[in-house]
Amino acid sequence: MSTLEQLKEQIRKALPDLDVVIGWEQGYDAMHATPLFIREEADIDRLIWSPLCVHSLGTYLTGLTKSSKVQKVGLVVKGCDSRAIVQLTQERMIPRENVTLFGVGCSGCLSHARLEYKVEQGGHYVEDMHAITFNGDKVEVAVDGGVESFDFDTVCLEKCLTCRFPNAIATEHFAGEEVPVAPKREKAPSLEAFEKLPLDERFAFWQDQMRRCVRCYACRNTCPMCVCRDHCISTSRNPHWVSQEASTAENFMFQMIHTMHLAGRCIECGECQRACPVDLPIMLFRRTMVHAVKDTFNYVSGADPEATPPLLTFKAEEDNINERGW
Amino acid sequence: MEAKFISHDDTTGWLDALSEQHVVLAPMWDNTVVTFRPHVKGRTPVLDRMPVLPPKEGVFPQNEMLLKYKYDKDPENLDRTSVQVKETLPQDTAVVVGARPCGTRGMTVFDRVYNCEKIRDPYYVGRRENTLFVTVACTRIESTCFCHDVGSHPADAEASDVLLVPVAGGYVAEPVTERGNALLDSPFFAPAGERSAEAAEVKEKNRAKLPAAHDYTGCGEKLMDRFNDLAFWEEQSAKCISCGACTYLCPTCYCFNITDESVGLTGKRLRTWDNCMSFQFTLEGSGHNPRPTKAHRLRNRVNHKFAYYPDLHGGAIACCGCGRCIKSCPVSVDIRAIVRAAQTYTPKPAPEGGDER
Repeated sequence: MSTLEQLKEQIRKALPDLDVVIGWEQGYDAMHATPLFIREEADIDRLIWSPLCVHSLGTYLTGLTKSSKVQKVGLVVKGCDSRAIVQLTQERMIPRENVTLFGVGCSGCLSHARLEYKVEQGGHYVEDMHAITFNGDKVEVAVDGGVESFDFDTVCLEKCLTCRFPNAIATEHFAGEEVPVAPKREKAPSLEAFEKLPLDERFAFWQDQMRRCVRCYACRNTCPMCVCRDHCISTSRNPHWVSQEASTAENFMFQMIHTMHLAGRCIECGECQRACPVDLPIMLFRRTMVHAVKDTFNYVSGADPEATPPLLTFKAEEDNINERGW
Repeated sequence: MEAKFISHDDTTGWLDALSEQHVVLAPMWDNTVVTFRPHVKGRTPVLDRMPVLPPKEGVFPQNEMLLKYKYDKDPENLDRTSVQVKETLPQDTAVVVGARPCGTRGMTVFDRVYNCEKIRDPYYVGRRENTLFVTVACTRIESTCFCHDVGSHPADAEASDVLLVPVAGGYVAEPVTERGNALLDSPFFAPAGERSAEAAEVKEKNRAKLPAAHDYTGCGEKLMDRFNDLAFWEEQSAKCISCGACTYLCPTCYCFNITDESVGLTGKRLRTWDNCMSFQFTLEGSGHNPRPTKAHRLRNRVNHKFAYYPDLHGGAIACCGCGRCIKSCPVSVDIRAIVRAAQTYTPKPAPEGGDER
């Protein structure tokens, strides 16, 4: 039985006890998947599972579990998605007992942005892509009546190159085979390149990027760890913490707030950057923060359900923070 | 008015010349995406694709200063303050180059609201009257495109001053208005001659690429039939994550906020784009919000475009069919599918044990 068939079977059995199960279905064209809210058995037929299933569905949990109409939620999760649930559970942000996880092993998700770039480099128009097939290490795209083939590593999301958690963890169900843990890169290539820049050039880099942020908050709202929802300080009017002005400085301020609020919490699902309509490389912030937390607290967010997140606890003498030595 | 021809190579020179007299906004590579940016001399505009951001920025900027203010404290009595206010009406003339017909046509949706008998918004009208649109006929039909469903087509010149039609080696520039015609009075242009026939073919070819148009006739009534059916809207909005990508990228979304942004005793009154997907949209001072959930808010966005606005403005749909809201939605919410769901709605059989409502 394929992973998808197993998954459907598991959902079919569990659905009578759940108000909704969230997975993915085919979106508006062959290239896109979209979240699917399964409420009735007939909806299960629309479920898909492929590298198009990019969305981290955990982002719906904080809203849904507060709704009076929804008590029990099922969620299909990849490895990275499941880390978000672990972290949210540790922070007591979701009633974990009301959440049923259907885990899968993931060999990586498609980056539409990278694929479109490749297709365009190959002399095609991106709108002429009309079918996509994932064939092991290859991605085959039907375009202009022919087929273009790409190495999956060149068109996957960057997070997938460094992924150490391809298999969903701490789930109630698991469909299909576990995927071997085999990160292709130690560090994200974009971060490696960025860190080679001298400090003044890094600042110039961000000034050039932050100018085009439109403050749509897609990064915030796709983030499964952004739990403040309607009460985010960046949109609060009273108090009016952050200006409404979408200027370089104010945009930078908002992005810094987002990054700082994810310290020790970000599980690197990369949804913020994927969702950004103007393709801001904001995962550079997140990854830098993730490395800082690892170096300082030896902690990896959402990796171990038994662990206590470093910012939810306290040590009189931190191992790696020299508090008395100045 | 006669059609003219400009070569690809001369386009940048023409924009250089235009930018001597006007603010020129043109699509530019902005790192990895194409956005409208002030033209910089010598920089080649990117005219072969739809920019991610809409052209409305040229007339209705995301940040618009309405006035500056300064408080003065009376040194004799610090409780007494006086305020000086300075109005900052727009003065520049601008040319927006490189929008698609859908995006340019979006301005007509603004005009009916901000420049009508009842309301004449001086900031909007000031910019609108001083801004010309040089539009590029569309040759790139995407899966998210539906301009033809809302009464337009890839070479629609409505609201444009000049329409550039891509032909071999450059563009046939068709003047639409007198002011647009004046922009073509430049040594970079030659008479279009036989190229006009090629332009007509290009237009026809791209129109034919679109599938049969969906009929939105009567969709407003169908949507209003569902107005009180919150279950319908909850289902349609389930996957919406309440971000503002759809509204900020929309060429026809015209709602705004006004905030005073103060620094010490000085500040500016700012008009910024509002976003009906946000919890703060129509949040009243009392704390009450008539649209408390994302279901209410998505209903507002869809109904505003396909029901309320057409009802107020002679049937005109407040959507230009550019598809940015679909293409850039992080979770692929499809506004076409929502309207269609209302159009084809049939009640589900009542569940056994009666209806909760």
